[in-house]
Amino acid sequence: MNGYHFYWSTVWQSFPLMLAGAWVTIQITFLAFIIGTVIAMPMAVARQKGEGWAYRVSTSWVELARNTPAVFQLFVFYFGLGAFHINIPSYAAVLISVSFNNAGYMTEIFRGGLSAIPRQQMSAARSLGMTSPQSFMHVIFPQMFKVIFLAYITQGIWGMLNSSLGMLVGLQDLTGATQYAQSVSFRTFEFFIVAAGMYYLIAKGLQFSALIAFRLMYRS
Amino acid sequence: MQFQFAQQGLTWHDTYFLAEGLLNTLELAASATVVGTIGGVVLGWVRTVSVTARVATTPIVDILRSVPMIIQLILANSFLSLAGFSTSPFIFGTVALGAWMAAVTAEVVRAGLLSVPPQYGKSARSLGMNRRQELVYISLPLAFRTALAPWINLVLSLIKDSALAGVIGYVDYMRATQTLITRTHETWVLLLGAGFLYFIICYPVSKYSRRLERKIAV
Repeated sequence: MNGYHFYWSTVWQSFPLMLAGAWVTIQITFLAFIIGTVIAMPMAVARQKGEGWAYRVSTSWVELARNTPAVFQLFVFYFGLGAFHINIPSYAAVLISVSFNNAGYMTEIFRGGLSAIPRQQMSAARSLGMTSPQSFMHVIFPQMFKVIFLAYITQGIWGMLNSSLGMLVGLQDLTGATQYAQSVSFRTFEFFIVAAGMYYLIAKGLQFSALIAFRLMYRS
Repeated sequence: MQFQFAQQGLTWHDTYFLAEGLLNTLELAASATVVGTIGGVVLGWVRTVSVTARVATTPIVDILRSVPMIIQLILANSFLSLAGFSTSPFIFGTVALGAWMAAVTAEVVRAGLLSVPPQYGKSARSLGMNRRQELVYISLPLAFRTALAPWINLVLSLIKDSALAGVIGYVDYMRATQTLITRTHETWVLLLGAGFLYFIICYPVSKYSRRLERKIAV
């Protein structure tokens, strides 16, 4: 390796900083996952309907989120709003942009799931006297989540990967904290290989716990 | 005397700078697509036919898919520099994006190959084709049908991810936009221009791929 000497000790000195960054990453991943889900559920229903202003709004949202780079979306919320003198902290900007992205992708995932639910389920629920929102909450969505579970969790992991863009707007998430820590010693490779390992562990941990949660929820 | 900046506003010369950035984006996306697709087809085929290869390559595929692209770019940049390849950011970007593309394409190719009923392959073999002929004339064309739409979606992801190559010093469209924003403070014009550009590249293609998906599903 051209006489390059690896220094790992500098990484361990900054390890607490990186752990704090990892915690920010986990927070944003989790919150954006929840916010994305909450927004995507009504949007998927609107997309399914195929007409009206709600359909147009959610279709535009979906197409914008899916056809522009995540880094563009982040810049709009950080620098774009900043140009109007609406200065939001980088944490909020990353959270909003990752939620925006998640919601767009999840809408399409949910829509695919909704079209797999037989029409009669809705009619049956309504004929039992449930209102439309009640039938969605108690009958349709629980079945839908079972169908789309894997794609849904994969999107959650994508959200985590997107949150790494926080580095570009100065957020001290795992990538940002690593970037900050390595800027003292310029041991870029050592620092980022450790960060990559941490991302891998977080991704696997999230996947595993989601799988457990799924098993518990749909025990049958 | 008060210090005065040289001309700050947007000028027509900047469109040349942006056009260069656009060309760089397309070049990077194209080269990573070619490298990644060739690598992915080979990897996907190997992973389908050999259990040993599948077990051996699973961690690599897994890691490439669960580490953020921005970190993969930084690692490719610093690792290749340490290893003594002092080449351009274009090569670093191609390596990082191409490796990711190969890993995800491999899964698409594998799914495509598995969707070909085993009887077809056996019939081809019994007609006297050898394994290579069977793969080239029977299995791959059939797998191509299933894999095309997901592959197009991966190329779109790649184009969008290439917007991160600015991190390692590659002046792609996003980086060019950022540079001009820093100089001119015309944030909205430039930013919306970038969004619009990526959108008009990705939107028609994603529409087409969704139509293709529906056509194949029937």
